[in-house]
Amino acid sequence: MKMFRPFIALALLALVPLLGLSSYMMHIFILVIMWSVIGMSWNLLGGYCGQVSFGHAAFFGMGAYTAGIFYLKLGVSAWWGLPLSIATVGIFSLVFGFIVLRLRGPYFTLATLAIGEVLRVTAENLQGLTQGNLGIMIEERTWITKIWYYYVILLMAACTFFLIKKVIGSKLGYYFVAIREDQDAAESLGINTTFYKTVALCLSGVLTGLAGAFYINYMGYIDPQVVFPLYDISIVTVMVVMVGGVATFWGPFVGAVIMVVFSELIRSIPLLGEAHQTFFGVLLIFIIIFLPNGIVGDIKKLKRLAGIRSA
Amino acid sequence: MLEVKNISMFFGGLAAISKVSFSVNKGEILALIGPNGAGKTTLFNVVNGFYQPSNGDIFFKGTKISNMKTHRICKLGIARTFQVVRPLRRMTVLDNVIASAFLRTPNKTRAEEIALDILAFSGLYEDRQTLSKALPLGKRKRLEIARALATQPDMLLLDESFAGLNPSELNESVDIIHKIKAKGITMMVIEHHMRVIMAISDRIVVLNYGQKIAEGTPLEIGRNPIVIEAYLGEAADA
Repeated sequence: MKMFRPFIALALLALVPLLGLSSYMMHIFILVIMWSVIGMSWNLLGGYCGQVSFGHAAFFGMGAYTAGIFYLKLGVSAWWGLPLSIATVGIFSLVFGFIVLRLRGPYFTLATLAIGEVLRVTAENLQGLTQGNLGIMIEERTWITKIWYYYVILLMAACTFFLIKKVIGSKLGYYFVAIREDQDAAESLGINTTFYKTVALCLSGVLTGLAGAFYINYMGYIDPQVVFPLYDISIVTVMVVMVGGVATFWGPFVGAVIMVVFSELIRSIPLLGEAHQTFFGVLLIFIIIFLPNGIVGDIKKLKRLAGIRSA
Repeated sequence: MLEVKNISMFFGGLAAISKVSFSVNKGEILALIGPNGAGKTTLFNVVNGFYQPSNGDIFFKGTKISNMKTHRICKLGIARTFQVVRPLRRMTVLDNVIASAFLRTPNKTRAEEIALDILAFSGLYEDRQTLSKALPLGKRKRLEIARALATQPDMLLLDESFAGLNPSELNESVDIIHKIKAKGITMMVIEHHMRVIMAISDRIVVLNYGQKIAEGTPLEIGRNPIVIEAYLGEAADA
């Protein structure tokens, strides 16, 4: 039964557009699925391999800009950005990984924090290529209705989910977790830790980049503040996984639902809406104190609490 | 099988090991003993590739391994355990051993078979689903050995795998060492427990202040006045 859960979830999600939801509700669904893709890819690197990144906006933005720049300069459809971003983000991750993966723990995290900001500033200033703060606008939308965008991102999410499940169950997954638990011990068990950390970084980066390439197609507009921000992308990515459950398969989904709905709700409150990041901070403190393994990771604890209350 | 030639290791101006040479023959158990701070674990770290020796060379099966990366040395067939046990804490005992078994096979089913075999061999089969951080010390020490064995080494470096064990655990571990030897795996063992050393080792190398002060059979070492002096009678309870 447990084996079929992903398929049941997928089938149910595939039926969502038939509900005839409003355009706004479909938008929320699309954002939730997109964030779970980003969360799942972060989880591969941060949750399983233990390399915490605070710079996933770098990969996201790079994917989006790959699609944008090819559209702008060569006039090809921005959808080509999806396959093209695999190449650009892949190469970027490889080079970046080669430089920063010799750093460990918090030093690696700081380096990722920096790279996200570096790319944002670069995108702002390379005006010949990116049009700087003017951003890139996709003139013609592929579909008027949101339904097809929903199916595209759902397909991407499904592929990401099964790919990660496959990876985690294989030699790669064992090596990732071994590296997370003790890098020196892993090395002395014959694991080439630098190589496998690079693999995790590339996989994670490419998957996040794909989400970015989808984003520009869906939203039709990007600028450096939209796709490279520290708070709205990098930090939210970490929060999606932390709230949902680090190193769990379903954590990123649960986290994405909570983060997207939570931020939409708060933003709709007059006056308080401006302070939505404050609420994220409070939420994060709450999670760290009461559910350090996230909602999925601490599900037993939650059930027990609920049981006490209902008794 | 393993040849250590004139190895020195300096940390700043301090010579942790100076000009140590010895060799380990195929199939034997060589014990490395010496007072605390004599450089035993440092020597392991040099052989295992964690440290690059300041001087000298190490050869394993004819290949020069000094200056080689740790994971390459492991692939060549040297596995080690740690004095302070380092299990992959949030993994089950079985998963710990599977992770090591993947070194010789990319196939999950095969890796799991190897791991289960080794767990049975080292008496941890019953605990295979336990999270390794929940294991008592004696079993953690054995898990270290099981994990090293899963890489299918030709040579095993055991760093105080007997320290802190109670007498019955000690006997179990000694049995396992004999069984490993019967498989034809060469071993180099760091140990303080004289009863264990005398029971298992074929030859002994004694280090003191980073220098080799004696080498010989257990019987010779037990009578060697230099060794007794180095220990200042500490070995009297052995």
